[in-house]
Amino acid sequence: MGVTQAGRQSWLFEPRPGLIGMAAVAGKSEAGGPLASGYDKVYEDFRIGQKSFEKAEQQMLQDACTLALQNAELTAADIDLFLAGDLLNQITVSNFTARNLGIPHLGLFAACSTSTQGLALAGLLVASGAARRVLAASGSHTCTAERQFRYPNEYGCQKPPHTTSTVMAAGAGVVAAEPAPIQLAAATVGRVVDKNITDPFNMGAAMAAAAADTILTHLHDTGRSPQEYDFIITGDLGQVGREIAWEVLQQQGFVYDKTRFVDCGCLIYGGDKRFFSGGSGCGCAASSFYGYFCRRLREGKMRRILLAATGALLSPTSQQQKESIPGISHAVTVERV
Amino acid sequence: MNGKPQTDAHYDQLVQRYTPPRPIAKNCALAFLSGGLLTAAAEALRRWLLARDMAEDAAGGVVVFAVIALTSLLTGLGVYDRLGQVCGAGLAVPISGFANSMTSAALEFKSEGLVLGTGCNAFRLAGAVIVFGIGSAGLLATLALMLNLV
Repeated sequence: MGVTQAGRQSWLFEPRPGLIGMAAVAGKSEAGGPLASGYDKVYEDFRIGQKSFEKAEQQMLQDACTLALQNAELTAADIDLFLAGDLLNQITVSNFTARNLGIPHLGLFAACSTSTQGLALAGLLVASGAARRVLAASGSHTCTAERQFRYPNEYGCQKPPHTTSTVMAAGAGVVAAEPAPIQLAAATVGRVVDKNITDPFNMGAAMAAAAADTILTHLHDTGRSPQEYDFIITGDLGQVGREIAWEVLQQQGFVYDKTRFVDCGCLIYGGDKRFFSGGSGCGCAASSFYGYFCRRLREGKMRRILLAATGALLSPTSQQQKESIPGISHAVTVERV
Repeated sequence: MNGKPQTDAHYDQLVQRYTPPRPIAKNCALAFLSGGLLTAAAEALRRWLLARDMAEDAAGGVVVFAVIALTSLLTGLGVYDRLGQVCGAGLAVPISGFANSMTSAALEFKSEGLVLGTGCNAFRLAGAVIVFGIGSAGLLATLALMLNLV
């Protein structure tokens, strides 16, 4: 196993770590969207039989991890390291899941880009020989995020059309040294990019510049052209953020088919206006990738994709103190061999 | 690109171009209609009570109570937030908005217990209204008093 630094920000894996098992779980609203075929489990309500929304979110992440292990035909004892993150204060959802799984744990936070932060690190750790098998996971719940970052769930405020809606979903994958048809080829660690956006309803705009920056850096560092990718996928920019990112990329000489430049946030609800500009949250890119996109890769319908999950690095306090919203994006190239 | 926050006029233009404007005309019209309907219904109830020989101040109290009770019920049933999205200021400005802000917060923080959850957080949103309501009333009353004294 080996890893080579390419440029300042990227890692090339050779031989490549394999993605040997993965799972995605989601709520009923997400299952009504076009990515539904990728979900291993769908929940009928927000509480899923738990006393609080926080417990429900933890149950979701746990289910995603358990199902990913099942799909890899492994148990928790076979995994060396658990990399997970979520949106809640002190990432309790991930920590409590790690407590229950009993796997040595490193908690992550990169807001909604945690899914690719985890996947990139899992690739690095496996490729470098620091771990044989790593479980990477992240998730989010609309009701817990809403109350932590915005208002109580039943508060009747009027949201603007450009806001996004946190998804109720989670995804997990097992990255291992064993050969597998789905492999991690390269990863890029993103820079924090701040375009002085202060509107907390416009996180797509806050993250779009970071997404474009990471995508261009990844292509440059790996020496690949966009045309070599079946899809270039951003995390949760929503319709507003996707358009901005596309424009920024165009201005940097990025030539690609726009229909293949897709965003998990735009896809997850299929443009349903009840969810405004689209979905967001740690679970958005995680469930879309480990669910729908991995399924398409397994079926051989896609050969190479670039996943650039995106995160808005704000806190309720920074937002109220009128700080701008920094964005970040981490990217991973995943291939089907 | 520099990592530090910087105003990028070109990027701001892009953001403005692709961020859809708030539908202000539609929001105003719906707020006017819904707020008007709610207050007309409340007034109808008040007149109905007065016609049944209820005292003027008692009828006012019953009407306010009815709006608060209905709002809280709809909040608890998970309907009010959807109405709020459509009606906006039409429901936020009358006492229904105040009732919803308290009930939604009280419900939301129930999971942290009766005292530290519901008790401490019921006024989480409504608290500002109380502080500035009482504050401005005190200020204006003092001003009126002083002007009368002069």
